[in-house]
Amino acid sequence: MSSSEGAPESWISSFCALMGHEFFAEVSEDFIEDDFNLTGLQSQVPMYKEALEMILDVEPEDDEEEEEEEEEEEEDEDELLGDEKPPGYRRERRHARVASDVSVIETSAELLYGLIHQRYITSRPGIQQMLEKYEMQHFGVCPRVYCNGCKVLPVGRSDTPGQETVKLFCPSCQDVYTPPNSRFHQVDGAFFGTTFGCLFFMTFPDLDIGTRFDAALSTLSPTRSASFPSTATTTTTISGASNHPSDTPRPLWPAELNGVRTANFSPGLGEGRMYESRIYGFRVSERSRSGPRMKWLRMKPADIVELDEMSYYQALHSYDDDGDAAMGGGNTAQNANSAIAQRKKAPMRRRRLNATNINGVDG
Amino acid sequence: MMEDFNSETDSDYTSYWRDWFIQSRGNEYFCEIDEEYLTDRFNLTGLNTEVPYYQYALDLVTDVFDLDADDDLREQIEKSARHLYGLVHARYIVTTRGLAKMVEKYKKGDFGKCPRVMCEGHPLLPTGQHDIANMSTVRLYCSKCEDIYNPKSSRHASIDGAYFGASFTSMLFQVHPALLPEKTIRRYEPRIYGFRVHASAALARWQDRYRDDTKSRLRDAGIEAKYIGEEEEDDELEDEEDQVELAQVRERVRGDAASGRMEIGN
Repeated sequence: MSSSEGAPESWISSFCALMGHEFFAEVSEDFIEDDFNLTGLQSQVPMYKEALEMILDVEPEDDEEEEEEEEEEEEDEDELLGDEKPPGYRRERRHARVASDVSVIETSAELLYGLIHQRYITSRPGIQQMLEKYEMQHFGVCPRVYCNGCKVLPVGRSDTPGQETVKLFCPSCQDVYTPPNSRFHQVDGAFFGTTFGCLFFMTFPDLDIGTRFDAALSTLSPTRSASFPSTATTTTTISGASNHPSDTPRPLWPAELNGVRTANFSPGLGEGRMYESRIYGFRVSERSRSGPRMKWLRMKPADIVELDEMSYYQALHSYDDDGDAAMGGGNTAQNANSAIAQRKKAPMRRRRLNATNINGVDG
Repeated sequence: MMEDFNSETDSDYTSYWRDWFIQSRGNEYFCEIDEEYLTDRFNLTGLNTEVPYYQYALDLVTDVFDLDADDDLREQIEKSARHLYGLVHARYIVTTRGLAKMVEKYKKGDFGKCPRVMCEGHPLLPTGQHDIANMSTVRLYCSKCEDIYNPKSSRHASIDGAYFGASFTSMLFQVHPALLPEKTIRRYEPRIYGFRVHASAALARWQDRYRDDTKSRLRDAGIEAKYIGEEEEDDELEDEEDQVELAQVRERVRGDAASGRMEIGN
């Protein structure tokens, strides 16, 4: 570790400094050196070993360090190839490597780095690094007007390289966008992966994604966070609830639903956060041929509890299904149960991620 | 570009003001207003109270400006002229001729492409959220997802939305319904290790129900709302995707299970 820090510039940091690679996190060398993290990549990347050496800045001429690695690899190969090996095998191989096109290795190294990166950013240190980049707005903001410049995250739509370029996921409208700058149109989406986007926001459920330029607006229109009174006042608000229009948020909303903070659940969607086409101030009727047809896409129930499918299912089937009926009594109990279960699960997952690393290091 | 340069240095900047205006950088969204439209006072009703130096500004726009003004005043008149042009522009583009010009620009893709991945680069249209100046900047409307976006370039982000008006896009599709794109039900599904995320999936199911409700309501009214991707052929496609993903998932799950076992082992 210390030796790599002393070096003027590692391959990794120069790769991340390249134009168009601004979204990449610098994968720690510890992570790459752990073979467990590289499981299965050997078959996906041509010239895997050379690429790995390039990423780790291991000099092919540097015999001492390398021989250990090579021995390990040779053991593997022995099993496959058998013991028969020409005496000049090693020298030949080295010679071949020097002669082989550097640019081919470079391409392989980039592919390998991308695939490692995909795994790294779902690991604990990686996701933390991405959080820092996210908070500094390195990935840009959502172009959608009603998302109020919500910060976005790079994601892929496929985990297989070579399929699609990197996209930007907006947690506020739960949609993906093409990066505005064309320099990112060459970056492979698989280097970020399909999992990262959602895992990120589930790992950091307290990240405030709604309010940014919204300050002026929020004083005019009631926002959810403003209308969360303390529990002591709920009884009074219930009596006053009938006076409120139906779209004002209810104070009785659970703090968490379906494993997400309700205040943080796609705040850019729903009535009042949607574009309505108008002509001279009048809304275009949905019966018009050019009337609105895509409202559903940006719609959210005014009462978020409608999304609690568990309690709906219960209300319908509670006496049909023994297993479900035994699990929880009323709706509220079920809500509470699921909320508790979610909370229990979250640290579990984190612990397991951590354990993976520790195990990998040990082994 | 040469004209642009000249107009700022030479005294000759009264010639072809509108040409210069729509060709200068950042004004790509504007179309050229007809001379006849500009000279008809009826079309400018009420604008004299909106625009300072109204008469000079109008003279400048119509290339008859011949006042020997100092630089300061000239600068202000120039500013007024741009403001006036914008406000007239909002009125002009909802007329038949104006719409035709904007449709042409729309077809050329002069206003950019929708950033939403599922819209597959559908061309955008400029729109305002307000008809009053200084309320909001110009937005870009995508007729495929029926949503509005901020322009990605900062030089467009400072244009007043009132120069296009809130009615323009709706008017365009009222007049040219043939330009309406087919809507799609495709959407982004957030996944973790191949599994749909419950919170998003629950919302997606609710939105699908909302769409079905709208559809049946419209069908009762005798209108058929069609979406791409509702037919079985697309379901098959989705299944194929699912299977590919499933294979990837299996790989991942194996790795996951291994780590789980290790944890127990410790």
